[in-house]
Amino acid sequence: MYVAVKGGEEAISNAHQLLAKRRRGDTSVPALTVDQIAEQLSLAVARVMGEGSLYDEGLAALAIKQARGDLIEAAFLMRAYRTTLPRLGYSQPLDTGRMYIERRISATYKDLPGGQVLGPTFDYSHRLLDFALAADAEGLPEAVARRVSTPASMPRVTDLLGDEGLIEPDPARSADAAVSDLTREPLSFPADRDLRLQNLARGDEGFLLALAYSSQRGYARTHPFTGEIRYGAVEVEFFAEELGFAITLGTIKVTECQMVNQFSGSAKAAPTFTRGYGLVFGQVERKAMAMSMVDRAMRWEELGEELTAPVQDHEFVLSHSDNIQATGFVEHLKLPHYVDFQAELDLIRKLRAEWLEAQGAVDPANGKKEAAE
Amino acid sequence: MSLETRQAPAGSNAVLAAGFSDPVHDAQRCFRALMNAMAQPGKRQTYDASQLKPPVPLTPMGAALALTLFDYDTAIWLDPGLARSLDVLAFLRFHTSAPIVSTPVEASFAIVSDPAQMSALSNFNQGSADYPDRSTTVILLNQTFSTDEHVELSGPGLKEPESFSSTPVPNGFWRQVQANNAQYPRGVDLVFAGTDKIAALPRSTRISPKGA
Amino acid sequence: MTYAPQTPSESAYNFAYLDEQTKRMIRRALLKGIAIPGYQVPFASREMPMPYGWGTGGVQVTASIIGKDDCLKMIDQGSDDTTNAVSLRGFFKKTAGVATTFETADASIIQTRHRIPEKPLREDQVIVFQVPIPEPLRFLEPRETETRKMHGLEDYGLMHVKLYEDIAKNGHIATTYAYPVKVNGRYVMDPSPTPKFDNPKIDRMPALQLYGAGREQRVYAVPPYTDVKSLDFEDYPFEVQSFDKPCGLCSAEGVYLDEVILDDHGGRMFVCSDTNHCEERRAQGLTGPMAAAPTAAQLSDGNEPKPETRT
Repeated sequence: MYVAVKGGEEAISNAHQLLAKRRRGDTSVPALTVDQIAEQLSLAVARVMGEGSLYDEGLAALAIKQARGDLIEAAFLMRAYRTTLPRLGYSQPLDTGRMYIERRISATYKDLPGGQVLGPTFDYSHRLLDFALAADAEGLPEAVARRVSTPASMPRVTDLLGDEGLIEPDPARSADAAVSDLTREPLSFPADRDLRLQNLARGDEGFLLALAYSSQRGYARTHPFTGEIRYGAVEVEFFAEELGFAITLGTIKVTECQMVNQFSGSAKAAPTFTRGYGLVFGQVERKAMAMSMVDRAMRWEELGEELTAPVQDHEFVLSHSDNIQATGFVEHLKLPHYVDFQAELDLIRKLRAEWLEAQGAVDPANGKKEAAE
Repeated sequence: MSLETRQAPAGSNAVLAAGFSDPVHDAQRCFRALMNAMAQPGKRQTYDASQLKPPVPLTPMGAALALTLFDYDTAIWLDPGLARSLDVLAFLRFHTSAPIVSTPVEASFAIVSDPAQMSALSNFNQGSADYPDRSTTVILLNQTFSTDEHVELSGPGLKEPESFSSTPVPNGFWRQVQANNAQYPRGVDLVFAGTDKIAALPRSTRISPKGA
Repeated sequence: MTYAPQTPSESAYNFAYLDEQTKRMIRRALLKGIAIPGYQVPFASREMPMPYGWGTGGVQVTASIIGKDDCLKMIDQGSDDTTNAVSLRGFFKKTAGVATTFETADASIIQTRHRIPEKPLREDQVIVFQVPIPEPLRFLEPRETETRKMHGLEDYGLMHVKLYEDIAKNGHIATTYAYPVKVNGRYVMDPSPTPKFDNPKIDRMPALQLYGAGREQRVYAVPPYTDVKSLDFEDYPFEVQSFDKPCGLCSAEGVYLDEVILDDHGGRMFVCSDTNHCEERRAQGLTGPMAAAPTAAQLSDGNEPKPETRT
C-alpha cells in the first residue's frame, strides 16, 4: 500500500536492468573478457579465490566482471556458488616444501640454500604511474632470465632452524586426526589452531592487515621476523580409498608465509623461536604475512602469554573476520525496518513527553505547554 | 550416486535394497511427518514407507527415518539385533555413509529393533548443560500404538494433556521417560516408529502415569 | 589461455536450492530445537545466494522443510510486497516451484521478518522467522562462551538487571522490539525483532514457530501451545504498544499500525502493518476515516498487488 514499496517486483527488475547497464558502462569501449581479467588482474583474482574459498581462476574472473570490480561482492558470488558443489572428500596436506618456486625470500638470512628469488613483486619498484600503460603503448614484455629451481633445492627456512632446535617443532598431528572444517560445522569455541587458520585463510585481507598492524604497534607485540615467504605451484593430492593410494588432482598456486617470532620463554615454554603461519591462494603476500602475524598472536595461551589485545582474542577475531558475513549484516540495515522504527518512535515520543513534562517545558510535538504538576 | 538396486559390498551376500525412489521428496515428506511428531508429542503422524524393503530386522519405517536423517557425520548406534545383520550394516553404510559406533553414549541416533530388551535411556548421550542438543535421538522400531492408556502427556506441543501408549517397551520404561524429562533440558528424544505411523516424545514432554 | 567456467543451468540446482546433505543437517538441528524450546541449536549455515542478514537463516529453514504441496507466504514488515519479501518469494518460486499466496489463511508455511500476521495461525501452519541476532543476551555480554554458560546455568540475572535499570531510569522498560521472552519456563529467547506488540501471539500459538539465524548459525523453535512469557516485574507488568486511532484505511483496532507521512506539513496517517489483513477488511467493505481522502487513495489504489492464487 505504500508507494515507496509497492510494485516491488517491477522496481527490483528495473534496478537490475540498470545495474546491468552500468556494469557494462560505455558500449563504445570494448567489453572486458574473462580471460583478460584472469590474466591481467591476477592479484584481484587471487584475492577473490581466497576469500571466496574456491580455487578457480576462471570463475573468480567472471565474478569480478559480474561484480563490477567489487572484490567482496565477487568473493560472495564465489562462496554462494561453492556451497552448491558436491563434496568428494579432503585432500592430503599440501607439501609446500616441494613447491615449484616462483618467488622465495627470507628476511632472516642474507643467503640460504636455493638463494633469494625475488620473482614478480612490487617490492623495490618505484610507485610512479606508468603512463605508457595508459597510452596503450604497452609493448610485449622483455624476456626475463628465469632460474629454474627444483623443489629439492629450496628447503624451508623453518626446517633449517628446526634442524638446530632453535624453533619450536611443528605441532605433531597424527595422520588420521580429524581436521576441523567450519564450512561443515558451526564455529564454536574454544577453536583449535586448524580451525583458526581456516578462518583466517578465508578472512578479509583488510581486517587481518589492521589486526597484524595493531600487533606491530604494541597491541600484543610478537617480535616477528619474516622467516620466509614463498610463492609458487604445489600439487594437490587426494587419497583414493578405492585405489589405496594418493593421486594428484592438479596444481594450485599459493603463497606461504612463515613468520619467526622471538620468544623469551614463559612458565609454560622455554626460550625459543616460535611460529606464525599464513597460507593463501595465489600471490596475496600482504594477507599471508598478516595471517601469520595474527596466527602467532592468537597462540598466546599455549605459550603462556597474557591476553591484552584484540588481535589475540579468538572470539573477537574469528567472529568478525569473514567479510561475507560482515558485509551482509552491515548492509542489511538498508532493508526496511519501519515496523521496529515505529515501535521506537512511539517510545521516544512517550519518553520525551514525560521528560518535558517534568521540566515544565513546551513539547514541540504538540505545541502546547505541558501542565506542570 | 545411483540409488538403483545394486550388488552389496563384500561381507554381505544379498542384493542391496534400494533407497527412496524419489530421494528429495520422499525424504521431505518423511521429515515433515517426524517434525510434526516432535512438535506435537504423542500425536501419531502418517508416513507410508512401504516402498522400502530393507533387510530385517530393519523395518521400512526405520529405513525411511535413517535415509531422512543420517549422514557421514552422524554417529549411529544399533541394537544387537540390527548390529548382527551384515545386510543391515551394508544397507546403512551404502545409503547413508553414517559411522556405526559400538557404545550408545557416542551416538547421535540409535535404532532399536527389539525395544522390549532395549538399553536404559540413561546409557545414551544426554547432552550437556551448555550443549543439550548433543544428545542421542532414540528410534524404537516395531511400535504399535494401542488404545491402552499408559501415560498422560503435557508440556510444549500439547494444547491439553493427552494420553499416549506405545508397545513394546521394556519394563519400567515410562519411569525412565519421566526421569529423562526431569533432567530437562538435558535428555534424549524418543521416536516411536510403527508400520505407517510415527510418534515422538521429546525430552520436554512431562509424563504422568495414567490414574496415578 | 582460455577460461571457460562451466555454467550450470538453473535446473542444475536442487529442489528449494539446498543440497540434500545440507537439508538433512538443518532438519536434524530443527528437531533438536523443537525438542528444547527456545534453545539455540548451532548449525553449519551455508552461504546462500542472498547476503547474510537478508534472511539467509529463514530461507535455509524454509528450504529444509518445504515440499512441493506447500503454499508459501513471504512477508517483511507485515507486508507481502516489500522489496525483500518479493525477492525471497521469487527465490522459492524459481527454485521450488511452489504455490505462493498473500492470504494468511491459505499458507501452509509463512516466512516473516519483523511481524506476525494479525489473523491467528492454525495448528497446520508453520511460521518461519528470519533472525539477525538470536542471542537475547548478546548486547549485555558479547562473548558466546559467556552467554552459553548463562543459558546452561539458567542465569538470567543480567537480563533482569538491564530491564530494571530501564525502569529506574525511564520509568519504563525501554525495549520495544526483540523483547525477551522465557520459553517453557526455561530458556530466555529473542523472538526476533518483531515489535513487542506481537509477543502475546507467540504465547501458546497453535502453529509451530521456527527461527533461523544464518549468519550467526543458529536455529531455534517454539512448538505449538508452548508457554512463552515476556519478561517483566510484578510491579511493572509487560504491556504492548497501543494505538489511539484505528487503521486509517480499514478502521481495524487492536492491530499494529505503521505511521505514514503524507506531506511535509505534519500530515500523517496510521495504517495496518499487516497489508493482507487490511486488504481483506477493505474487501469486506470496512473503511477507515482516511479511506476516502485523496492522499490515502494514492496509497491504497493503483498499485494494488495482484492476489496470487494457488496453482
